[in-house]
Amino acid sequence: MARPAVSESETTEVFGPHLSRSTGPRLDPGVVPDKAVKTHCCFCGQQCGIELLVKDNQVIGFEPWLEFPFNQGKLCPKGVKRYLQGAHPDRLLQAYARDETGRGGFRPLPYEQAISRVAGEIDRIQKEHGPQAFGVLSGASLTTEKAYLMGKFARVCLKTPYIDYNGRLCMVSAAAANKKAFGIDRAANPWSDILTADVVWISGANVAECAPITTDYVWQAREHGARVIVVDPRLTPLARTCDLFLPIKPGRDAALFAGILHLMIEHDWLDHAFIEGHTTGFEEVARAVAEWTPARTAQVTGIAERAIRQAAEWWGPAKTSFLLHARGIEHHSHGVQNCLGAINMVLASGRIGREGCGYATITGQANGQGGREHGQKCDQLPGGRDLANPEHRAHVAKVWGVAPDDLPGPGVDCYEMFRKVEAGEIRGLLSVCFNPVVSLPDNAFVRRMLEKLEFYVAIDFFLSETARFADVVLPGSLQEEDEGIVTSAEGRVIKINKVIDCPGEARQDWRIVQDVARALGRERGFTFTEPAAILAELREASKGGVADYSGITYEKVERQYGVFWPCPSDDHPGTPRLFEPGSSNPVAQGKGPFYFPDGKARFVPAPYTPPTEVVDAEYPLILTTGRVVSHFLSGAQTRRIGPLVDHCPEPFIEVHPKLAATLGLADGDFATAETRRGAITLRASVVKTIRPDTIFIPYHWPGERSANTLTIAAQDPISKIPEYKVCAVRLRKASPPAPPPAEAP
Amino acid sequence: MSVPQSAEFFIDPGRCIGCNACLQACTECDTHKGHAMIQLDYVDRGRSPQTVPVVCMHCDSPTCAEVCPADAIKRMGDGVVQTARKSHCIACNNCVLACPFGVPKMNTGMNLMMKCDMCYDRTSVGKKPMCASVCPSQALLFGTREEVVGLRPGSRILNTFRFGSQTITTKVNMLVPKRAAVEHLDVLSALHEPPVGNDAGEDVLLAGLGPED
Repeated sequence: MARPAVSESETTEVFGPHLSRSTGPRLDPGVVPDKAVKTHCCFCGQQCGIELLVKDNQVIGFEPWLEFPFNQGKLCPKGVKRYLQGAHPDRLLQAYARDETGRGGFRPLPYEQAISRVAGEIDRIQKEHGPQAFGVLSGASLTTEKAYLMGKFARVCLKTPYIDYNGRLCMVSAAAANKKAFGIDRAANPWSDILTADVVWISGANVAECAPITTDYVWQAREHGARVIVVDPRLTPLARTCDLFLPIKPGRDAALFAGILHLMIEHDWLDHAFIEGHTTGFEEVARAVAEWTPARTAQVTGIAERAIRQAAEWWGPAKTSFLLHARGIEHHSHGVQNCLGAINMVLASGRIGREGCGYATITGQANGQGGREHGQKCDQLPGGRDLANPEHRAHVAKVWGVAPDDLPGPGVDCYEMFRKVEAGEIRGLLSVCFNPVVSLPDNAFVRRMLEKLEFYVAIDFFLSETARFADVVLPGSLQEEDEGIVTSAEGRVIKINKVIDCPGEARQDWRIVQDVARALGRERGFTFTEPAAILAELREASKGGVADYSGITYEKVERQYGVFWPCPSDDHPGTPRLFEPGSSNPVAQGKGPFYFPDGKARFVPAPYTPPTEVVDAEYPLILTTGRVVSHFLSGAQTRRIGPLVDHCPEPFIEVHPKLAATLGLADGDFATAETRRGAITLRASVVKTIRPDTIFIPYHWPGERSANTLTIAAQDPISKIPEYKVCAVRLRKASPPAPPPAEAP
Repeated sequence: MSVPQSAEFFIDPGRCIGCNACLQACTECDTHKGHAMIQLDYVDRGRSPQTVPVVCMHCDSPTCAEVCPADAIKRMGDGVVQTARKSHCIACNNCVLACPFGVPKMNTGMNLMMKCDMCYDRTSVGKKPMCASVCPSQALLFGTREEVVGLRPGSRILNTFRFGSQTITTKVNMLVPKRAAVEHLDVLSALHEPPVGNDAGEDVLLAGLGPED
């Protein structure tokens, strides 16, 4: 019944997206800032250091923070303009209740009344249908303190197993593969190891647009002789000048990795001492790749055989190397297998745990790493602990002051939670910083499920497309209005500093959640007065776990420009590079560098399986989706920042000229892309930089322009990541669509 | 952290990823807040993602200043060619038409020529220009020659350009591949060159097009 009360355009008129631009003190060079605060960008997993300039409790600009070692002042356009998300006309300054007589479909509600209403509805639904009838959707842009509190809130306050987060759409395939192969889920190396690699292998990562600062690391490696290999269905900006471009057919990554390992074995480009001393399972994997001859690999991957051989010739005998991958190989119904295939190539080379020898996924979200370690993932407890493990449950239950048996068991992934809404098992939801109406696949289903809920409360700072479905909206905080730690793609724990106070009735998210707990009469364990107190408890809860934060303090983080976890004691400096010989870990206890009882890494068979939906006569093309440099994820923030929208105002369909010719499409014409889920009409961008059998659409937009209207809700059976990167589609020339609901200037 | 007086501006177009950070950051510079003085264009997007950033090259003998009838454009002792002085500029467009690099732009709303002044407010107090500070690929680099030699062993520094019969030397340097046998950059002939980089043509992308496995 959480149906939006009024039309989309009425809501847009009141709540945006409107575009913010530099005006007033932000444009006047005569204004002297009150202060400059060193903190980090709010957007991607690289977490670039930045100094924000403040005047009268408003962020008016930025200054590059040259000393922060990861980015040394460098920023992408999102980082440059991130300050324009503050003092925004769309900012939620008070609580709202859905009301069709209110402006834009909502009427203001005094904060305490809103909290009472939320608690009342949670209580009612849980009394009528049991505690599991209420679920929580959380976000990976939250600080680790908040992410930790959300997990505790769901399990201790709401006593529901149903909590999951939007990191499910990000790096969970890599996380699952890393745990299977290494016993730990973290980038194995700091990015500085890219600089001394002889070969840099990049699979399924549009580094220039999605992790722009990493570009300089790659180029710098090449200045010193590294060869750069890029695997992607599109000729990305990095691929343009890389040493070898492998234009892979979407969804065939495991086949390529198997083919490379096949050639490594054939030419004995193997580190036998490493394989024998530090791994198990090589023989089985070797048998499995025997069938992946170069000819077969070429046939399946769509890459020329000579290019595959060339890649193996460079990768195989290299002295040092760094393999990076991202959503391009992870957003698949076989995403975990793809990542395991990449890891097998790394393990066979023995090039890990040393300077210049590395492996990492490029985590996408601001706190993609830290947000997946401390308990907002459906099967996980703080410290990277396992909710199904009795010892792990006992440790965390003790810290939380509850009986282990009182903790609910593992829940389900966020998409499955919507299926539980359909089944009537989940009847109420609380969400924070998650915009599934834009970001989940087959989003017509998601909208229907939101409409079906008995009660939905959204905590956010803008009225996202998802919050439009809410019964109550609570005004949360921007990143710059709170403090806490996050963990970057490197595994570096850094400190977000509070730059300004929350405006109006807006509150820091952790305070809102505690207010709900108090109104429910379940405030025990939810009386923190500052983020540092949450961190203190998190340190205890993570102690002895794989993701051990017990030695991490704000002071140490600021003094060292970050602390790489694990950091198991106050005098421990942190662990920038994992798996170094002789390094200790709580699982192996000195038996070896990897996080298993025997200290050995695992080769895990990574068989190739075709995508869930293969092309056919009806839907003869492959659709793949991704990002552009000027927008971030569901666009809830970047679609409100004028200069970023100027750079990329709308989505488009990339089409190869050969395909365009068969459809009579010219550059700039409108075309309709249609899958079994839906159809959208956008302008075609006719470019030779994409495979002719594939079309690409960026996914940052809602409604009639939403790529996720088309995508398939197939998920990896292990990681539950959706298959955003490949499904079957057809394309036809179209007349211009009706204009979308105005995004007022 | 202040940068040394001997720091210079270097451009390596081979590194550019077209991300737009330079252009966005340029609008944050105090001397021309809200206006970008950088141009960033695709060479031919239909064929390649190659992009080229263009900043003012700060010519040793600036054509823009030479053709200015109002003496509005000054070259400073340190070689920086300033944007037009508001008090002098008559918005005649001479500089816009004459600059061989196509850098100055007429701001008709302000009746003023505007162009990159190498972030004079920043560089004069030991800061890097905004664009080179933020550039994620460091296609735009601000540093000393010693730093550049260490960071870019595969490149050498060139600052001579030829436009037909006109030869220009500039304060801003280009980085070209060390092996490239050129002593100057012939800009007019480069105008007709296709994008540079990996072949994104059909032979690569069509190589493996086949039936679904």
